[in-house]
Formats: sequence, C-alpha cells, structure tokens
Amino acid sequence: MLHFELVTPERLVRSEDVHMVVVPGTEGDFGVLEGHAPLMSTIRDGNLEIYKTGATTPETIRIEGGFAEVNERGLTVLAEKAE
Amino acid sequence: MASLKALKVRINSVKSTQKITKAMKMVAAAKLRRAQEAAEAGRPYAQRLESVVASLASKVTVSESSPKLIAGTGKDQVHLFVVATSDKGLAGAFNTNIARLARRRAQEMIAEGKTVKFYTIGRKGRAVLNRLFPKSFVHSIEPGDLGKLAFADARGYAEDLVARYEAGEFDVAHLFYSHFKSVLTQEPTEQQIIPVAPSSVPEGTVPSTAAPAAVIYEPDEEAILADLLPRNVAIQLFRAMRENAASEQGSKMTAMDNATRNAGDLIKRLSIQYNRARQAAITTELVEIISGAEAL
Repeated sequence: MLHFELVTPERLVRSEDVHMVVVPGTEGDFGVLEGHAPLMSTIRDGNLEIYKTGATTPETIRIEGGFAEVNERGLTVLAEKAE
Repeated sequence: MASLKALKVRINSVKSTQKITKAMKMVAAAKLRRAQEAAEAGRPYAQRLESVVASLASKVTVSESSPKLIAGTGKDQVHLFVVATSDKGLAGAFNTNIARLARRRAQEMIAEGKTVKFYTIGRKGRAVLNRLFPKSFVHSIEPGDLGKLAFADARGYAEDLVARYEAGEFDVAHLFYSHFKSVLTQEPTEQQIIPVAPSSVPEGTVPSTAAPAAVIYEPDEEAILADLLPRNVAIQLFRAMRENAASEQGSKMTAMDNATRNAGDLIKRLSIQYNRARQAAITTELVEIISGAEAL
C-alpha cells in the first residue's frame, strides 16, 4: 500500500494508506503507486484522484496550488487549498 | 478617612472590574485552545515545505539567473522589518515585547549605517514604532482578529511583500513575531524571510530527499524553486501569525488572571478598611450615648 498524505497550511487533511493516487502535475497527470521512484513536481489546480483499492471508483479532492513529493515514505501532497 | 459610603462604592466598582477581567480570562482561555490547535495543525506543512526548500536550495547553484528570492539583491543596505503584532491591547506585554525587539534591532541597524523600513501587521505595533520612527513606514495592515486569519490573507500580504522586493524597495526582510512556547512563556522572535536564509531551516529536520541522485524533478529544480519560494514567504508569514494568535491569547490569559487576583486583594483590603470604619463609627456613637446618659 502507498502511504498518502495531503497537507494544507491550515491542517493535515489526509493521512492514510491507499492503492493509488493520481496527481494533477503541471506537466500532466501522473499516477503514484507503491514503490514509485522519488519525484518532486509542482501541481496545477485540479482534482486529486484517490483509489482506495484497485477496483473501486476513485474519490476526488479538488486541490489548488502546491506540489507533490514522492519519497521512500510515500506520497505527500502540499496544497494551498483542498476541498 | 474615607466615608463609609465612598468605601462601599469603591468596593463595588472593584468588584465589577474583577468580574470583567475574570470573564476576559475565560474567553482568552477558550480562544487559546483553538489558537494553539490551529498553530499545531499548520506545523506539518511548514516543516515539509522548509525541508523541501532547503534540499532544493542546496542543489541549485546560486548564479545571476537564479531567483532573487534565494540569491538576494546583492546588497545589504535597506532592511525591511515586518512586525506582526495584534490589533488589540489588554494582553500584558505581548505587543510591547515584539515592538521592543524590533526597536532594538532597528537601532542597531541604523547605528551600522543601514536603512530600516517598517511594514507592520497589527495596530499596536504600529502605534509604538510610529512614534519612534515616524518616517520609515512603508505600509501597515490591520488584520483584525488574529484567530480568524485564513491562509488567503497571509498569501495576500506575502504577494505584496514579494512585489515590493522585486521592485527593489528593500534588500532583506526580517519578520518579527512572538513564538508560542507555552501558555506562560512567549518569546519575541526575529526571522529572516527574504532572501531565504540557510539558517531558516530548523535543526533536526532531515532533508526529505535523502538520496538526491534518484529524484525526478518535474519541471526542473529551478522552476520548482521559483514556484515554491513565494509560497514559502506566505507560509512563514502565516505561521508567524498563527503563533502570534496563540501567544496573544496566552499572554492575555496570564494578564487577566493577574488582574483578577489583584482585584481580589484590593477588595480584601478595602473590606477591612470598611469594617474598621464602620466599627469606629459605632464606637463613637456608643461613646456619645453613654456620655450623654452619664451627664444626666
């Protein structure tokens, strides 16, 4: 499972283990699964898609401004706004 | 000796003051809890951003073309003091302490021959500094209730600051605010926010990219940095104001607690005085009656 965190300046929105997250990167959307190579990307305003398991329909969260970081601990999305 | 009536009035007035200070203390305590939670909730973001900026900054070589926010203007002449205080008083030495630190640093800088400008957030800081350095004001903001500040407000201030920086209004910006240590201690703190100081990364935060070779950057390091740096200024401001909000309430609570206790002492003293005066009056009356009876 992929450890996923969504943080805004005001609070920690999500911190959970999920199957996959699709992030709206500045240069295109990208999906992050467990074991993804270390990556750092800025994000554009758009929808974050969270797949709890492989089969379910994704949960979407709208995010604005910020960046995403993937390291050995998982995926961290820092967004200025998340709904 | 004051008359009985006057004493009674005085005691009642102190009592109502005590009621007010007690209520203010309760309000401050309730707000403090919320402000403290808010300050803590904002920490993960600020810490992550800091560590990312630090690890990026260490990888990008500073050159002419790198963003001014990290390379600086190449000068060290004009310093901007961003002084964050609150709009309201009755919070003990909270505002005074921040203003005093800013004033001391300003005097040091001026003694070194540098130019100091002020940018205040909060009416109280402005009031003090305006008296001492009336000509150095760039701008002042009255944020209202610190507890209700949203990130969007901080971002607005940060954008304004960065725009002024890009326009060459100043070379270095320092931020003054009160660091919330605990309910009892709040520490006035100075922090350099523009350009990004290497020391702004607190010790103990491990750069999140431990294996620098393998990281993919999208778009590239410089572009990410250019995007993050203005954001970082906003975050630092936001965090400072959150800390300030908690500090203000903590300071207010302590101050009001002291005021309530002082009022209690005063009431006790006045009551003793009142009782003595009453007894003296009764004694005098009795003496008059007895001596009147004896005279018959």
